[in-house]
Amino acid sequence: MNATYRHRRRVERLMFGATAGATVATLGVLVFLLGYIAWQGATSLSWSFFTALPAPVGEAGGGMANAIVGSAKLLLTAALVGIPVGFLGGVYLAEYGRGSLASCVRYAADVLNGIPSIVIGITVYALVVIPIGHFSTLAGGVALGVMMVPVALRSTEEFLRLVPDSLREAALALGAPRWVTIVRVVIPAASRGITTGLLLSLARVAGETAPLLFTALNNRFWSPGWLQPTASLPVMIFTYAIAPYEDWHRQAWAAGLVLLALVLGTNVLARFLLRSGAVRSA
Amino acid sequence: MLDPALTRVRPSAAAADVPVKIAVRELVVHYGATCALEAVSLDVPAHRVTALIGPSGCGKSTFLRCLNRMNDHIPGARVGGQVTIDGDPIYGPEVDPVALRRRIGMVFQKSNPFPKSVFDNVAFGPRVHGERDPVRLSEITERTLRQAALWDEVKDRLDRSALELSGGQQQRLCIARALAVEPEVVLMDEPASALDPIATAKIEELIHELKSAYTIVIVTHNMQQAARVSDLTAYFYLGRLIEFGPTERVFTNPTRPETEDYITGRFG
Repeated sequence: MNATYRHRRRVERLMFGATAGATVATLGVLVFLLGYIAWQGATSLSWSFFTALPAPVGEAGGGMANAIVGSAKLLLTAALVGIPVGFLGGVYLAEYGRGSLASCVRYAADVLNGIPSIVIGITVYALVVIPIGHFSTLAGGVALGVMMVPVALRSTEEFLRLVPDSLREAALALGAPRWVTIVRVVIPAASRGITTGLLLSLARVAGETAPLLFTALNNRFWSPGWLQPTASLPVMIFTYAIAPYEDWHRQAWAAGLVLLALVLGTNVLARFLLRSGAVRSA
Repeated sequence: MLDPALTRVRPSAAAADVPVKIAVRELVVHYGATCALEAVSLDVPAHRVTALIGPSGCGKSTFLRCLNRMNDHIPGARVGGQVTIDGDPIYGPEVDPVALRRRIGMVFQKSNPFPKSVFDNVAFGPRVHGERDPVRLSEITERTLRQAALWDEVKDRLDRSALELSGGQQQRLCIARALAVEPEVVLMDEPASALDPIATAKIEELIHELKSAYTIVIVTHNMQQAARVSDLTAYFYLGRLIEFGPTERVFTNPTRPETEDYITGRFG
C-alpha cells in the first residue's frame, strides 16, 4: 500500500516536471527569439531605415523605405482580393450553406489553407505574371490575397455562427427578409469578431516570402503604380540575409524587427478587440 | 394510447359571433421522421387571447411557429394542412412569408433584443418596412413603448444599449418591437417563463390590455397564467389537440381525462 502510494507520488512529480519543462522550453524559445531579434534589430535600426532607399553595395547607410511602402501596397492589394472573397464566402457558409455545396466550399478552403505558399506563387506566376509580361505589385498582392482567403473565410464563418439563432428569428419574425436580417442584425452583432479574423488573416500573409519571390520579385528603387516589380520586407530580409555583406545583415535584422512589430501589433490589436466579446448578444 | 377518434376536437370554441382570425385545418408537421403535430384543427378567434398548454414536447410551440411560418427555417421541417388568416392562405407558393410576418408578430421565450440601442430595437421593424422619417419613427417608438408599459422606464435612455435593460424590461422591449410593425396577431412563446413574478405580472397585465387591438396566441407552461390571461385554452398532448374550449370551462370542467390529469398536476 505504502509502496503504491510512493510510486504514485513519483509518477506525479515526473509528469509535472515533464509538462513544466515543456512549457518552459516553449516560452524560452519564444522569449529568446523575440529578445534576439529585438536586440539585433534595435541596434541596427535608424531613422534612415524608414526614409531612405537601399544604399549601393559598399556604401554605408541606406534604408528600406521602398520595401515598407511595397509591403503596404502588397497587403492593400491582398486585402482587396482576399477580404471580399473570404468574407462573403464565410457569410454564405454560415447563413446559407447547407448540404453538399457548402461542405465542398469548406473542404476546398481547408485544402487551400494547406497548399504550400510557393505553389500558390508559381500559380500566380503562370496566371498573372506571364500574361502581363513582368513581375508586379499586382501579382504579389493577388498571391497574398489568395493565401488570405481560407483564413478569412473560416474565421468569418465561425464568428457568424456564434451569433445566437434567437437574433435571426427576432428579425425574421418582424418581417425582415433573410438578407436584411444578415446585413442589419447578424453581421453587426459579429462585427468585432469578424474584423479580428480579417486582421489576423492579413497579419498571417504579411510575413510570407515564398509567393512573392517570383510574383512581386524585388526592387532597389521605388516602384511606381501597381505594375512594376516591388520590394517588400520579407523578400528584402531574404535577399539581405544571404548576401555576404555585414552591413546588409544589419539591415535584414532591422527589417525583421519592423516586420515582427507589425505582425505582433496586429495580434495585440485583435486580442484587444476581442477582449469584451467577439459577438454582442444578450 | 390515445384513440384517434376520441381526439377529434371541435375546432371552434369561441362564441358564434366572434369572427375567426386564423383558421387551422388538419395541420401536420414532421421534423425529419418524427411527427410533431398530427392533424390539428383549431380556430383562433379575433381579439381574444388563446392559450396553448401541455407538457414539454407536446407540439404547442411547433403549432405556434406554424402560424407565422417560423418553421420554414428549420431544416427538415415539413408542414401539411391548411392555415388561413382572414381567409388568406398562410402556406402556398403565392404567399410571401416576409409579408405574412408583418401581419403576425412574435415574442419569444428568451428575450432577444438586438445588440443596438433601445430606439433602434423598436424602430427596426418600421425601418425594414420602409419608414425613414425620424419624426414618424419617434412617434412609433413612443407609442409602442407606452403600449408595452416600458416608456417611463426607458424614455431617458433610448440611445443606450438594449442589453443594459433588466430581463423583464428586455422582454417588454421585445413586445414593443413586435407591436411597432402593427401586426394583427401577436404570437407569444412562453413570454414570461424566464421572468420573476413582478415582471410576469406586468407582462400579463400587458396581454390583457393588448387584446382589444390584437389577436393573441400564447404558449405557456404556467397553468395559473393560462387561467389568468386567456379567454380560450387549447390542451396539446403528444402532438395532438386534446381539448379546446373557453378557459373557464377547460379549467373547471374539462371534458377529457388527460386534460384533467394535466391541469390538476397529476402528470406533466
